[in-house]
Amino acid sequence: MIWDWAFAFEILPLLAQAAVVTIEATVLGFLIAAILGLVLASLRIAVPATAWPISVLVELIRSTPLLIQIFFVYFVFPKWGLVIDAFAAGVIAIGIHYAAYCSEVYRAGFDNIARGQWEASIALNLSSWTTFRDIIIPQAIPPVVPALGNYLVALFKETPLLSAIAVLELMQTAKIIGSQTFRYTEPITLVGAFFLVMSLVSAAGIGALERHLNRRPTR
Amino acid sequence: MSDAVPAPSAPMVRFDNVAKRYGALTVLDDLCLDIARGEKVSIIGPSGSGKTTVLRMLMTLESINDGVIWVEGEPLTHMQRGDRLVPAAPAHIRRIRAKIGMVFQSFNLFPHMTALQNCIEAPMTVLGMKRSEAEARAADLLDMVGLAEKKGHYPSQLSGGQQQRVAIARACAMRPKIMLFDEVTSALDPELVGEVLEVIRALGREHDLTMLMVTHQMGFAKEFSDRVCFFYQGKIAEQGPPAELFGAPKNERTRQFLNAVLEAG
Repeated sequence: MIWDWAFAFEILPLLAQAAVVTIEATVLGFLIAAILGLVLASLRIAVPATAWPISVLVELIRSTPLLIQIFFVYFVFPKWGLVIDAFAAGVIAIGIHYAAYCSEVYRAGFDNIARGQWEASIALNLSSWTTFRDIIIPQAIPPVVPALGNYLVALFKETPLLSAIAVLELMQTAKIIGSQTFRYTEPITLVGAFFLVMSLVSAAGIGALERHLNRRPTR
Repeated sequence: MSDAVPAPSAPMVRFDNVAKRYGALTVLDDLCLDIARGEKVSIIGPSGSGKTTVLRMLMTLESINDGVIWVEGEPLTHMQRGDRLVPAAPAHIRRIRAKIGMVFQSFNLFPHMTALQNCIEAPMTVLGMKRSEAEARAADLLDMVGLAEKKGHYPSQLSGGQQQRVAIARACAMRPKIMLFDEVTSALDPELVGEVLEVIRALGREHDLTMLMVTHQMGFAKEFSDRVCFFYQGKIAEQGPPAELFGAPKNERTRQFLNAVLEAG
């Protein structure tokens, strides 16, 4: 028989542990992406002089493979005295990579705000910070939640790349099990199934969040 | 920075040789205009004559290329250093700008906030008012514009006329000395124009506000304002009391414009 249920149940606890690492990497990576992306997009508006360097940086990050960036952070940064353990290096690389994508999403959100909203804020003498926090962000973010959600799922599905620097996430664990037992079918299939289920659950969650945000009348 | 007390005789607003250009296009040319405390001034003229730019410069929504705008004897976007005027720091601009409020053609209410929230946002964050106080004042102002029972409504749930009245209440909540009205009825269905003009009329009657309005409502300008300025190609072609300007315009351009507008009804 190709599929051995007994073996599948035997490796399940190991994979469950690894799944925790995968989820941690996803959550932390997306936190960096969401926050850094917002900072980049905001900086672009608040300080026009930064717009050009930021767009170059974003283009650079988006136009090179994530795997290379992960290697770069893990293997090249230490040459400059910045030694980071594999998990942190992987999370930082994924976070920065997706921050570049998220910053473009936020930018689209900001671009959608009518000029009159900024002008009304000036006429009411609101400070730049208040304008941003109370007027612009609450209008710019809800419409881009689906796009951000898509990137969350995409980021999640790219965490197996961390196996390349030996982070003990799901893929790496599955590979180790395979190399030790010469059985790859069960571990790789289970990992795939896990990603499938989690992606579907996340998509449903994002859909619910989207409906919640759209419930309030905005325009 | 000069700490000179503004002279009591200083006009509320003075445009002193103000020019506005977009590249080669001159929108306003050497504008000189004094507006007295409490005066109601209407600005009329064909589109592209620079009339809206006057309000937008005063609200600091547009930069100026030349000249100085004075508010109660203090420069708006400049500061006095010695006898020279230098570009003002943001804090200076915000201090002067606090005297000015503006109502826009397209209302520009904050769509994610209720009518009440629209009216308390700036008083709380800019003036540092407590929520209870800001809400009480906002409720009074919404009552003044006849929308007391709509305070929990979002802008999308209000008609254009109601939205514009909320916008007027919101501007008043900041207690400006000068109110700018930029074609505030142009985006409204005809049957909603009256309710907005009535609010502006009451505002002028009951408050000691200096008002500057760009309008296409000639009847309202005639009845409401102390002075009417006719703009043509970036200059004031003619100005005077409404009775004179509408009754016996001296400038040929003014006559043409008024004829065209009155014919259109």
